[in-house]
Amino acid sequence: MEMDPAAITTPKIKTENLNFFYGGFHALKNINLNVHEMQVTALIGPSGCGKSTLIRLFNRMSDMTPKTRAEGKIMFEGGNIFDAKTDLVKLRRNIGMVFQKPNPFPKTIFQNISYGPEIQGCKDKDFIYHRVEESLKKAALWDDVKTRLHSSALGMSGGQQQRLCIARALAVEPKVILFDEPCASLDPISTAKIEELILELKKNYTILIVTHNMQQASRVSDYTAFMYLGNLIEFGQTDRVFTVPKDKKTEEYLSGVFG
Amino acid sequence: MNSLKERLIKYAFTAMGYLSLLLLFGIMAVLFIESRPAVKELNILNFLFGPQWRPARTPAEYGILPLIAGSLSVSFGAISICVPLGAGAALYLNELAGETQRRVLKPVIEILAGIPSIIFGFFGLVAVAPFLQETFNLPVGVCLFTASIVLGIMTIPAITTICEDALSFVPRSFKEASFAMGANRWQTLTKVTIPAAGSGICTAIILGIGRLMGETMSVLMVAGGAAVIPKSIFSPVRPMTAAIAAEMGEAARGSMHYSALFLIGLVLFLITLALNILSEHISKKYRLKLGQGR
Ligand SMILES: Nc1ncnc2c1ncn2[C@@H]1O[C@H](COP(=O)(O)OP(=O)(O)O)[C@@H](O)[C@H]1O
Ligand SMILES: [Mg+2]
Repeated sequence: MEMDPAAITTPKIKTENLNFFYGGFHALKNINLNVHEMQVTALIGPSGCGKSTLIRLFNRMSDMTPKTRAEGKIMFEGGNIFDAKTDLVKLRRNIGMVFQKPNPFPKTIFQNISYGPEIQGCKDKDFIYHRVEESLKKAALWDDVKTRLHSSALGMSGGQQQRLCIARALAVEPKVILFDEPCASLDPISTAKIEELILELKKNYTILIVTHNMQQASRVSDYTAFMYLGNLIEFGQTDRVFTVPKDKKTEEYLSGVFG
Repeated sequence: MNSLKERLIKYAFTAMGYLSLLLLFGIMAVLFIESRPAVKELNILNFLFGPQWRPARTPAEYGILPLIAGSLSVSFGAISICVPLGAGAALYLNELAGETQRRVLKPVIEILAGIPSIIFGFFGLVAVAPFLQETFNLPVGVCLFTASIVLGIMTIPAITTICEDALSFVPRSFKEASFAMGANRWQTLTKVTIPAAGSGICTAIILGIGRLMGETMSVLMVAGGAAVIPKSIFSPVRPMTAAIAAEMGEAARGSMHYSALFLIGLVLFLITLALNILSEHISKKYRLKLGQGR
């Protein structure tokens, strides 16, 4: 039996009648979505349905794309993130992001992680070192790299690079982490490691993950949102959405009729 | 696939490729052959580090230290002008200018890069030199300072273009990662974009120095021409290229002076070759470094 999701956990982020436009193109249509605290929410749907567009709104990375416009609200910690008085720096520290392709900086492993604390103005070397170690441990990377912290991050494998990017995001102590298809460029073993990590991180962070891969959604998420052509078609607990989808489109998508 | 026509085309292009190689070796051979008497006759250390360049005197003195000092001082003077301005312009174009501004400014800068150097020399002679002479109350307006300004301005477009390329080579994903962590534009620029473009910018500077060392026309016009080691930024100087260009006409073919000028050419060639190899080396490393981050 499905329980009302809102009754179980509180929403950490809440979109209210959210619309988004690329120039004249209406990419997101009236989205009302709750992202629950300390839970993993998966965003699924066919390519081009607006998953990346939506996830990039939560930390306002969408600001970087010119000629775009958002309508509606995204409520986070009591405020609408589109408010003029929103502190973007603070918002992005609270809501971290891991991208589709691993994108470590062309710096050392250590410098990649210390970047976050450093741009926050932290100068205490011990503190930074401690934070680097802690972040790498949380990302299950410490044992792999502790002997080569000062070698280039670009010498790591793809899966390690992606975990480094996760560690980098963790180093600024976010509350929410957004993942946009984090395993899209990884092999199955690395993918399994990232999934394991996400399940571990769930204990302390609110997670929103875009994925192309339905099995992945069913493995890692508590809630699933299915999107189609810019609409949020269905939202609910993952078990329920996957076993008894309410919408015909969801059912078709999950059974592989289109994708 | 193997039609005669295609084979012929292939041979034609191969021939052209090897022709340029042949020409290069030919030029090098001429440099070596013509400079041989000077290498044999003059001690190479005395030649390179001799403080007097007096080929017309008897006995003649062939020390090119003043000429090397002239080339280096003009190059570094020019670099200290064109690097900040050129790199600054590149940063502006890449980071701050809007799409429309960039569309206008980039081609304009590229056109500027195509202006013949004699025009810059002309501008130095009629505009910069008299102005400096008056302002600083100098005996002559053509000097190290004037040459640095003229060559510096002349090289801005080249530096801007290469730096801009280096900056636009920096994958967008690096900047996104930085912004997504709450970095502001300035932090992203100084801590991510510029370091990632750093070796490209170094390449630009080294190539710039090489080009400056080889520049002849404008230094002949505005550097002042005195073959002495400069004592101040207002000393007239005679860079290596200017010495060759000015003296080749008067040096009797086959004379020691003639051969010494070829040896200067050889030294210059080796310097620019070394600079080119260095910049190639750096940019190769740079490509490796950014290769995976895209
Ligand atoms: N920068 C952009 N400019 C214009 N249209 C875009 C841009 N980015 C994405 N779109 C369009 O918005 C829609 C949603 O894209 P996206 O959010 O990337 O989909 P998804 O991540 O679900 O594959 C697509 O139709 C895409 O073509
Ligand atoms: Mg996407």
